Amino acid sequence: MTLALPKEKLAEMYRKMLEIRCFEEKVFELYGQNLVPGTIHLYAGEEAVAVGVCSSLRKDDYITSTHRGHGHCIAKGAELKRTMAEILGKKTGYCKGKGGSMHIADFNVGMLGATAVVGAGLPIAVGAGLSAKLRKTDQVVACFFGEGASNQGTFHESINMASAWSLPVIFVCENNLYAMGTRQSRIMNVENIADRAVAYGIPGVTVDGNDVLAVFEASQKAVDRARGGGGPTLIECKTYRHKGHSRVDPAKYRPKEEVEQWLARDPLKRFKEVLLQNSDFSQSEVQEIEEKIAADIEDAVKFAVQSPYPAPEEALEDVYA
Amino acid sequence: MRRMTYREALREALREEMGHDSSVFLLGEDIGRHWGGAFKVTDGLAQQFGDERVRDTPISESAIVGTGVGAAITGMRPVAEIMFGDLTALAMDQIANQAAKIRYMFGGQASCPLVIRTPFGAGVNIASHHSQSLEAWFMHVPGLQVAVPSTPYDAKGLLKTAIRGSNPVLFCEHKLLYPVEGDVPEDEYTIPFGVAEVKRKGSDVTVVATMYMVHKARNAAAELEEEGLSVEVIDPRTLTPLDKKAIVDSVKKTGRLVIVSEDCKTGGVSAEISSVVAEEAIDYLDAPIKRVTGADTPIPFSPPLEQYVIPDEKAIIKAVKEVV
Repeated sequence: MTLALPKEKLAEMYRKMLEIRCFEEKVFELYGQNLVPGTIHLYAGEEAVAVGVCSSLRKDDYITSTHRGHGHCIAKGAELKRTMAEILGKKTGYCKGKGGSMHIADFNVGMLGATAVVGAGLPIAVGAGLSAKLRKTDQVVACFFGEGASNQGTFHESINMASAWSLPVIFVCENNLYAMGTRQSRIMNVENIADRAVAYGIPGVTVDGNDVLAVFEASQKAVDRARGGGGPTLIECKTYRHKGHSRVDPAKYRPKEEVEQWLARDPLKRFKEVLLQNSDFSQSEVQEIEEKIAADIEDAVKFAVQSPYPAPEEALEDVYA
Repeated sequence: MRRMTYREALREALREEMGHDSSVFLLGEDIGRHWGGAFKVTDGLAQQFGDERVRDTPISESAIVGTGVGAAITGMRPVAEIMFGDLTALAMDQIANQAAKIRYMFGGQASCPLVIRTPFGAGVNIASHHSQSLEAWFMHVPGLQVAVPSTPYDAKGLLKTAIRGSNPVLFCEHKLLYPVEGDVPEDEYTIPFGVAEVKRKGSDVTVVATMYMVHKARNAAAELEEEGLSVEVIDPRTLTPLDKKAIVDSVKKTGRLVIVSEDCKTGGVSAEISSVVAEEAIDYLDAPIKRVTGADTPIPFSPPLEQYVIPDEKAIIKAVKEVV
């Protein structure tokens, strides 16, 4: 058991996971109120991955993210307010309303942005890793992508290149079993994406992606290896999204028993139990965290809702530097 | 004035910028010490700057450009080489969706000072996958800049500007231009983007030409002069940004416009330039605009076939005579 971690670290991990969960539930609610334009891809259910990985990173380390990226932003340290404002298309959002749910970035915390082209973040992560190497910093890059992205050519090109050049990149595959509505077993003849690491001569590990401590442990090992010049690692985190692919998807392609099985393994519930049973966290301390987050989310919503939309002509800005 | 080839001028620009700024590095297939680039542009640079800064890559165009993007948004100034322009198709997502949009999507948080050098153009009998001129693809992507140098002087000055800039640049070279010689001063200089150059002064007809076609247009203009026709040859030098004013001003003076570009006619460079003039100077035109362009075909292999689909001096002369 990794509860050897300091209490404050554990509290922070729980706080981040819960922030993401509450944030996503709120986004879902706001969507229902027609306050969120476009679509949303919720991270609820996968919190242990983003938080487990980002807890092993420094502030100056980088991450790249995907269309399902709210959780990555929050885990890396982006503010709830500006994240929410971006999702609502407001001027005060991280991208001044130009990116929206699928393109949030906060370069100040090393969040290099979410790309909504599946698999497109991998080469960019390799570039950030190369940059760290050439600038002789010891920064590392965590690159999030889904199991669907592991079938893109960029997966092969990027991991091969990162391996050949021993770059400090951690490839984090969030395997939630479905690429939109297509079950992994229908389109791939391997069960574990991590097995593909063999092809690149790098370590590949499969972990329970709903166990934040397991993710943290695997990630910390990969981060240490990368920072020490040992090159990339592929970590596959088996997880499950609570909702459908996007807002309009009721996810009827997922068997009921499967959904129930995964909901029973809810990463947040599990971590809370671990905290209460295996550490000196008291019920009231956990409750305190929960109340604080509820208030923070309300503040974020208030900030986002009350913020102005950008002026239409701002659409013409930021095309060129 | 010192003479050097287009290839040497490009290499000198890379050498100078790598010397000035340690964040500048090169990556591409076979650009390093063992080959020096398919067209030898980077020859000798790995020996001077080391293999870390002149990186041979796997054959992975998408990852080459994507790696450039990731490095560019984290403080480096990568110059990626895509061995042939046709192969930019393999990297199109990283060019058009990532490099070009990253600044905009993220509300101006990031700059992406990435230069992608690649040779376009037909004329050396290497058929459909190594010969096309695709500059217009990139004109259609807001966020990218597109440079199209025609001379060693322009190649050097524009490449230095591209490397020092803050935007992604598709730096188009032309295979037939690599051995072409021209004047290049000893002293360092840069050429701003969006400033066309009058490559030959004239008063009867404006010919806007790009890249290798600038040379054919000049040859045609010299022949036409003997027949008493004064042709002004304008080289935009960058397509994005495009120096509309220089083109429009020349047309206002001559009242006649011929556009010469090697890329396909449909949806091409010439289409955009015609539209600009139609919008901004149609009242000054004394004749319809003429376009001399590549045929709307892939580039064929056999020499007579290839020559047939590329504009030549004869076609330019014919077009000029049709508008006067």
